[in-house]
Amino acid sequence: MDSPARSLPHRFNRPGGLSFVSYVIVALVILWSLEGAGWSLDRLLSSPPKLADFFSRAWPPSTHNLDRLAWKMVETLQIAVAGAAIGIVLSLPIALLAARGVLVGRGVNLAVRVILGFIRAVPDLAWALVFVVAVGLGPFAGMLAIAIDTIGFCGRFFADDMENTDPGPAEALTATGARRIDIAASPVIPAALPAFVSTSLFGLEKAVRSSTILGLVGAGGIGIELKVGFDLFDYPTALTVILMIAVVVIGVEQIGAVLRHKIIGPGR
Amino acid sequence: MPLDRPVTRQKATDAGLQVIDLQASGLCKRFGKAAPVFSGVGFSIRQGDCVALVGANGTGKSTLLRCCLGLIAPDAGRVSLLGVTMADLGSAARRELRSRTGLVAQKHNLVPRLSVLSNVIHGLLGRHSGPRYWVQGLAPAGARAAAMTALEKVGLADLALRRADQLSGGQSQRVAIARALVCNPRFLVADEPCASLDPQAGEEVMALFMALVKREGVTVLFTSHNVQHALSFGDRILGLQGGRIAIDAPSAEVTALEMAKLYG
Repeated sequence: MDSPARSLPHRFNRPGGLSFVSYVIVALVILWSLEGAGWSLDRLLSSPPKLADFFSRAWPPSTHNLDRLAWKMVETLQIAVAGAAIGIVLSLPIALLAARGVLVGRGVNLAVRVILGFIRAVPDLAWALVFVVAVGLGPFAGMLAIAIDTIGFCGRFFADDMENTDPGPAEALTATGARRIDIAASPVIPAALPAFVSTSLFGLEKAVRSSTILGLVGAGGIGIELKVGFDLFDYPTALTVILMIAVVVIGVEQIGAVLRHKIIGPGR
Repeated sequence: MPLDRPVTRQKATDAGLQVIDLQASGLCKRFGKAAPVFSGVGFSIRQGDCVALVGANGTGKSTLLRCCLGLIAPDAGRVSLLGVTMADLGSAARRELRSRTGLVAQKHNLVPRLSVLSNVIHGLLGRHSGPRYWVQGLAPAGARAAAMTALEKVGLADLALRRADQLSGGQSQRVAIARALVCNPRFLVADEPCASLDPQAGEEVMALFMALVKREGVTVLFTSHNVQHALSFGDRILGLQGGRIAIDAPSAEVTALEMAKLYG
C-alpha cells in the first residue's frame, strides 16, 4: 500500500476545557445520585435468591379469583378509556390557547403552558390522592385523575403539533382577511389531525398504564388487588395481577401501534 | 453589474386620472441587526395593472410583497392599499380590507388532508366566518356553487372531491389560484407562483392565472425569476436591486441589458 500523501485525520477530537469540565460534572452528579439512592452492590448481589424465593412462592399464579380480577381489569380499562376520552376532548381547546401564533397572544400562551406544565409535574398518583379527597374513594376519582393527567400530556403536545404545521396555508387565508378562529379550524387543525391521533393514542396507552396502579391509593381499578395481594402475602394472586396488567398494557400498546400505522403511516 | 441609476419611465398618458390600488412609500425592512433588506422603496400600482417585481435572490421581493399586504410590518414607510393606509387600521378593518385581496404563493399552501372543494371554500373565509365555511360538507349552497365556478375556471371542477394531497404540482397551484379568485378580489399578490413547477406546467399555470386576472380586472403584483414571464405577463416591471427600486418602467420599454444588470 502506498504511503499516504498527508497524515490521516484524527479519529476523535480531544475535548475542549469546557467540555471536559462538563463531562466531569455529569459523572460526579451521577455518582452523587447513586449514593443518595442507596446504591449497594452487596444488596444487589444478594437479591436473586430473594427474588427466586418470591417467584417460587408466587408460582403458579392463582386462578381462584379470576372472575373478580377480570372485572377489576375491565373497570381499570373503563377508568382509562373514560378519563383519556374526557382529557383528549378538553385538551383541544386548551391546546388552542397554548399554541403560539394560532389563536391568542403570547401572554395567554405562556400562562396556559405554565398551567399545563404544573399539571404534568404532579404525578398521576398524586392527582388520584387529590381526587379521592375531593370525590371519595372509587373509580370516579381515578377517572378524574386520568383525565387531568391526559390534559397535561395531550394539551402540551396538541399545542406543539399545531405550532409545527406548515404556516403557508394560514398565511394564504390571513391574506384574504380570515379570522384567527377560522384559520385555526380550517388549515391548522386539519393539518395537525394525524399528529393529534398519534398523540391521543399515546395518551390512551399512558392512561391504561396509569390506571393499573391508581387502586394503590383507593382510586379504583385493579391496583387495589395488587396491594392486597402483597399485604396479605398472597403472592400467587399478586403475580396473577402483574401478569394481567402486563398482558393488557402490552395489548393496548400493540393495538395503538397498529392504529397509528394504519391512520398516519410509519412516521410516528 | 448594478444599474448606475434607477430606470424610471412612467407613461405620461392618464396616470393622474387612474385609481391607485397600491401606493408604497419609503418602505424599509430589516431583520434583526442585519443590514436592511430594502430601504426607501416606493412605487404605485394602478387599478387593473399587472406588475412584475423582479430581482436577484435575497433582494427582498417576498418580504416586500408581504409588507404590501400587511402580513409583515415594515420598519419605516407606509403602504396604502385600495385607498386605505394599512398602519391606521385596527384588526377588524384590516381583515375587511384583506377580504378584497389575495395571495398565491410559490408553494400552493393547500390543506393536504382536505378536499379540493374545501380548500377553495376557505378562500371565502375573509367574507364569511364560522364552521359552515371550514369544510365543504357544511358549506352553504352559495359558497359551494361559487367554489365550483372558481374550479371550473381553472379546469378542475371534476376533481372537486379529491384530496388536495393527491393532486399534481400544477393542479395544486390551479386550486390555489381558484381559492384566491373565489372571493372576487380586487388586488392579488402572487409570489413566484410557478417556481415549484416544471417549465411546461409553469407556463400553463402562469398563462391561465394571467388570463383569469385580466378577464376579471384584478390588479396584480407578482414576482418571478423567469424574465420572460415578467416581460410578457407584466404590464410594468419593478426591479429590486441593492435594497432599492432600480427599474420602474413599462415592460415593453425595459431592455434585456437592463434586466441582465439587475441580476448581475
